[in-house]
Amino acid sequence: MANIEVGGKSYETDEEGYLVDLASWNEDVGKYIAGIENVEMSDQHWEVINFLRDYYNEFQIAPAVRVLTKAIGKKLGADKGNSQYLYELFPYGPAKQACKIAGLPKPTGCV
Amino acid sequence: MLHIVNKSPQERNSLDACLRIAQSGGTVLLIEDAVYAATRGNTAATNIQEALARLKICVLQPDLDARGMADRLVEGVTAVDYDGFVDLAAEHKNCQSWL
Amino acid sequence: MEGVVKKFMFVNRKAPYGTIYALESLEVVLISAAFDQDVSLAFLDDGVFQLKKGQQTKGIETKNFSPTYRALDGCDIEKLYVEQESLEARGLTEDDLLVDVTVLSRAEMGELMEQQDVVLSF
Repeated sequence: MANIEVGGKSYETDEEGYLVDLASWNEDVGKYIAGIENVEMSDQHWEVINFLRDYYNEFQIAPAVRVLTKAIGKKLGADKGNSQYLYELFPYGPAKQACKIAGLPKPTGCV
Repeated sequence: MLHIVNKSPQERNSLDACLRIAQSGGTVLLIEDAVYAATRGNTAATNIQEALARLKICVLQPDLDARGMADRLVEGVTAVDYDGFVDLAAEHKNCQSWL
Repeated sequence: MEGVVKKFMFVNRKAPYGTIYALESLEVVLISAAFDQDVSLAFLDDGVFQLKKGQQTKGIETKNFSPTYRALDGCDIEKLYVEQESLEARGLTEDDLLVDVTVLSRAEMGELMEQQDVVLSF
């Protein structure tokens, strides 16, 4: 367990840096975690983050990379639904790293 | 006496065991997977309907909600919340859990 | 992905929430999706309750994992089988279920189970 401080508020994270309380997430927390991960957030990054949060809201799980890639392709177009594009945005794994920034738990079945 | 059952009637025989022993005037509270017994169309619902003639039958509402079964509770069965659960425990002089 | 494709069946026989079996099965199913195998899910006995529409778990302070069954389609897990006799014994019909399934008779379910290479029981 650890804590991060954002805007004078404290947020609990697990030992791998994932936010414990999903409901406490906001964009500033996302930006802060991105900073720790050395990811500079652009509109393209936010597009994926928002997609992940919507997916979680609907299905109550974080998608594995393959599922994420396919679903992004369906929703945002084939030029974005490939792992090269997603790994450029999130070098440590579109599911793992992006989920962390999105305040979601580590994806189930992430390989 | 208060009897508490928490197993699905199709998974275990604890509801049958309870209904065999429970004396008239007693109360049976169905919680967790036992709430399925008091839903219309379940094969155990007929046993519950019969038992209503001599026993008070209650179910725990949050467990019914969790399982998506709130709209099909057998008529005559009383839904209670957690406070109602506590009241039942306090009202009766003793309690058997049919684990 | 190269390799032998085997027929895997997950057999789900327990109601959700009362025990941990249903959730554990679902998690293994999601992991199995990564291995390009021929995966089937069978729901029989109290397992059919896992797919009941309208689950609201706020009151028992437990995560409602029923929406996750709807994500299986996107993970290429499309073979969901439900036993007719189990539905009937519980006052349920196909319309009460939150995903598209194939309803099988007990005899058909038995045959399908017989054809599997690997059966995982929950």
